[in-house]
Amino acid sequence: MMGFLDRLLGRDQKSARQAKERMKLVLIHDRTDLTPGALETLKDELIAVISRHVEIEPGAVRIEMTQEGREQRLIADIPLRTVHRRKLG
Amino acid sequence: MVGKVVTVTSGKGGVGKTTATANLGAALASQGDKVVCVDADIGLRNLDVVLGLENRIVYDLVDVVEGRCRLRQALIRDKRLPELFLIPAAQTRDKSAVSPSDMVRLCDELRQEFDWVLIDSPAGIERGFRNAIAPADIVLVVTNPEISAVRDADRIIGLIESEEKGPARLVINRVKPEMVRRGDMLSADDVLELLAVELIGLIPEDENVITSTNRGLPVALNGKSRAGQAFRNVSKRLRGEEVPFLELSEDGSIFGRLARLFRQGGN
Repeated sequence: MMGFLDRLLGRDQKSARQAKERMKLVLIHDRTDLTPGALETLKDELIAVISRHVEIEPGAVRIEMTQEGREQRLIADIPLRTVHRRKLG
Repeated sequence: MVGKVVTVTSGKGGVGKTTATANLGAALASQGDKVVCVDADIGLRNLDVVLGLENRIVYDLVDVVEGRCRLRQALIRDKRLPELFLIPAAQTRDKSAVSPSDMVRLCDELRQEFDWVLIDSPAGIERGFRNAIAPADIVLVVTNPEISAVRDADRIIGLIESEEKGPARLVINRVKPEMVRRGDMLSADDVLELLAVELIGLIPEDENVITSTNRGLPVALNGKSRAGQAFRNVSKRLRGEEVPFLELSEDGSIFGRLARLFRQGGN
């Protein structure tokens, strides 16, 4: 019954769940030695380099770290500005 | 005979390395294997008291390494378990008294006489840890379902891999099933997902561990203890047997089962 009330009132975040979410982020940074700040810098530099060769949407660039087993992977999603949109824009 | 060297380590202190080493030693010896436990925590020895052998120490690990005694003289035989032996750590020296190559040489000698050489590693990631893993064939990482222990376990697992001693196998110690059920403790599945390693032991919190340690008698020899059962299961898995993990949510009693039934209904 309490569980139901808690969920209704949005107090469902159990402490173990919080611990797990926090640990996921901490472990990624521990393993790669890459802080969120360093990741932002990396993203800005990546945008600058790629923009020299091809037109991109800087606001839509997404860089994230993913985990497969004990392997970390940096995934970059960089939408290109299409010729069609360039004409319009 | 060529025995296996198993190192028990953790990163964080106080998670149960020494308890795990003592209990695996006792469990393996009670199944008839010849076992030696080596306390590599020089300066902070405890495996002797946990095994109840503290009054019989004459020589220690550093005495062997520095040639003040023969290996045989430093081996203390457990009178209750004739197949179980201990090489205690020195208490008045520090970790630098022994080198990783000293440990490799020592274990190569012990391997000839024992089925299992269990090394109790000190906490930390420095010299003592490197000494402890240098001779290892198998590395067990002990952790608790608690964030600082999990974080340190992750760091240690990474170091074990970079020393090419992996894959580490995980022992999750001091699990409180009731807290896991309430969503207030990381479950074994949570910890395994975070650390991405193979599980070899799941040990419930059990007051018998403290009372057994008070008496210097490993809990693995107590047939009624849940933690003792869990440690015996780890020893069987080390021997290559397939043993299912204890169903920790099952507290056995009819009241426990009824309570769960109602809780499920209430959700």
